Amino acid sequence: MPFDAPSDPDAFREKVRGWLEENCPESMRTPMPEDEVVWGGRREKFKNPDSKVWLERMANQGWTAPTWPKEYGGGGLTREQAKILEQEMARIGARTPLFSFGLWMFGPALIEFGNEEQKKRFLPDIVHGKTRWCQGYSEPGAGSDLAGLQTKCEDKGDHYLINGQKVWTSYANEADWIFCLVRTDNTVKHEGISFILFDMESEGVETRPIKLISGSSPFCETFFSDVKVPKDQLVGEVNGGWKIAKRLLQHERSSISASGFGSARGTGMLELEEYAKIHVGTDGDGKLLDGDLRGRIAEHQMYTKAFNLTVQRSQQQAKAGQEVGHTASIIKYAAAKMNQDKHELMIESLGTEGLGWEGEGFDRGAKMVTRGWLRSKGNSIEGGTSEINLNVVSKRVLGLRDHQ
Amino acid sequence: MTFVLTEDQEMLRDTAVNFTRDELPVKHLRSLRDAGKNGVDPEARRKLAELGFFGVLIPEEYDGVEMSMTAFGQVMEAQGRTLASTPLLQTACIGASAILMGGTEAQKKEWLPKIAAGEVTTALALDETSHHNPAGVATEAERDGQGYTLNGAKKYVQDGHHADVFIVVARTFGEAGDSHGLTLFLVPRDAKGLTVQTLNTVDSHGAAHLTLDGVHVDDSHVLGAADKGMDVLEPVLDRGRIALAAEMLGSSLAAFEMTHEYMQTRKQFGQLIGSFQALQHRAAKMFTELELTTSCIAAALSAVDSQRNDIAELASLAKARASETVHLVSNETVQLHGGIGMTDDHDSGFYMKRARVQEALLGSASFHRDRYAKLNGY
Repeated sequence: MPFDAPSDPDAFREKVRGWLEENCPESMRTPMPEDEVVWGGRREKFKNPDSKVWLERMANQGWTAPTWPKEYGGGGLTREQAKILEQEMARIGARTPLFSFGLWMFGPALIEFGNEEQKKRFLPDIVHGKTRWCQGYSEPGAGSDLAGLQTKCEDKGDHYLINGQKVWTSYANEADWIFCLVRTDNTVKHEGISFILFDMESEGVETRPIKLISGSSPFCETFFSDVKVPKDQLVGEVNGGWKIAKRLLQHERSSISASGFGSARGTGMLELEEYAKIHVGTDGDGKLLDGDLRGRIAEHQMYTKAFNLTVQRSQQQAKAGQEVGHTASIIKYAAAKMNQDKHELMIESLGTEGLGWEGEGFDRGAKMVTRGWLRSKGNSIEGGTSEINLNVVSKRVLGLRDHQ
Repeated sequence: MTFVLTEDQEMLRDTAVNFTRDELPVKHLRSLRDAGKNGVDPEARRKLAELGFFGVLIPEEYDGVEMSMTAFGQVMEAQGRTLASTPLLQTACIGASAILMGGTEAQKKEWLPKIAAGEVTTALALDETSHHNPAGVATEAERDGQGYTLNGAKKYVQDGHHADVFIVVARTFGEAGDSHGLTLFLVPRDAKGLTVQTLNTVDSHGAAHLTLDGVHVDDSHVLGAADKGMDVLEPVLDRGRIALAAEMLGSSLAAFEMTHEYMQTRKQFGQLIGSFQALQHRAAKMFTELELTTSCIAAALSAVDSQRNDIAELASLAKARASETVHLVSNETVQLHGGIGMTDDHDSGFYMKRARVQEALLGSASFHRDRYAKLNGY
């Protein structure tokens, strides 16, 4: 049933509300356990069958990508309408139907830089969760200095030939396709990089999961030996990949920070102050017994409040047409610090209860905190290290120059 | 929560920023200090009154200009930028709010038009030790027929050295430490038994210790309900804290701008010092703190205007964050200026000295972290 979006916001809201009421399955209105998150793609198993129904219904409206143009499968909604949709989903506690690097990062960049044929070919499958994408950026020798990447891409007349290695490729072992930065000219640095797409089932692609200190393996090493790629899968100009890469990083940084690295809701974990109250204890007035820890928790919570207010301020100012680049540039840095501080304080509050690894004898939530604490150490490294973010603030915002 | 200024607020902001820049720069505070004026500046007070700054929070019916807390915050930020010594916080914010919230119609009619006109300045006489502690008041007010007799002492009363009227917080019930049992009194400077000891303070703004030795006040000088002073005092203090935090943001921004400028002119090893990464990152971290604190101040100001129920929490957030930020930035300002930052000739020291006073007034960062934790149930 095609959805004709009324232009009047109130009418739109009412219609969206009705549609969600009718189409969002009951079980999709409950908090989502980690193992029911839908990432889509060929390997998606839909542990909860309702999540398949929910994804299909939402995707048919284009509402997994509400603001993308309709011609590419998107919802064609205005920002305001998308906001209403978001609010109405939040109102009934509807789950996000699809988690996807294609939606958050690659799609927006392809809309901006891809040709018509590429957009028609790739975007609808992202909207419907049919293709799961991964990002081939970092290399063993190119982390913070991303433009130092060496993965070689040669023009072989009727195709490109790719050789090299990527690392920290998120979920490469589960992805169908990769958007990848490759070197097409090694005589120059930034100007010798191209942006290319290929199927992870291509001959010569190999992935090896990397086990992290937290025990999980969300990242892979990815190897390319003589991978043949059709020529129509290069996006933009040959040697013009860097500006696409940079734009995509902006999408990545804003999606990492906007998610605030997740909250405790619906995961079995408690909030920081709850853990502190339980494990440190309180006096007759309900005050934490460890005054020093209490002060540091308050300081952290104020930082968090200040951060959230800053995100709100930035959104309001952007809406009013004011320049907000300055504020946006500190968000990733502050979000990483905030999340790491939170986890350190949680571990400290839990005491030895926060030092379990697996098995019996430890609370399930506490073990998640422990893993989350270890995982949080990556927040100041992935998607641009905190040091790189401080460089960006120094140079672009404060205008401080390099040595002359 | 509104973070974007209205046109009127923008205009007031521009007026205030231009005024303090042109008429009350740090150089002016320096000359007041050198002339031994201890921050007292009748000429500035007259000009502030002409601009209507004393009446920003006062309704039109009492001759004010009746704007908003957000508007007042812009004036405070502007005065913070140049460290201007003015009676605005004590008189236009704390004094006016206390009379508006606790005063009888007669008291409002008597005092508010004079405050708006800059004819009268007020000072809140609250703390009795060297740390902010509203419930800790021990100064006694004893019933004596037609009024009360006050005995006690007040410490480091901001603007106390020149205020015309004091709002004295005294205990009419219970004992030091109880929130209940406080009463607010309007005590004129020339009241018999009141001694004002002028203090020379590190920030050159001055202050005073007060001694109340059998000071008699009539019932007509009681501000708000007896024993229930905290009902007026807490919201008034929160407005004061938020306004002071706005001033502190202004000081932090100005000190940061001065340092940022210096990093782009001072050379060592043949390079601008701003090109050294160790210093760049410190500047970027300060900038981050400033951005976060800016949001807290704007949110707190706006919360007062929309009468939200989380004003107390946001006031503590704003004051604590502003204290931490001005502390950091003022220290870094001295350090990044190097030797010249240690000289009296340079303005760095003025910012650092004033910062410590701002941090201590109306509750330190540590006071407000404690309060924030309490308000959040731990």
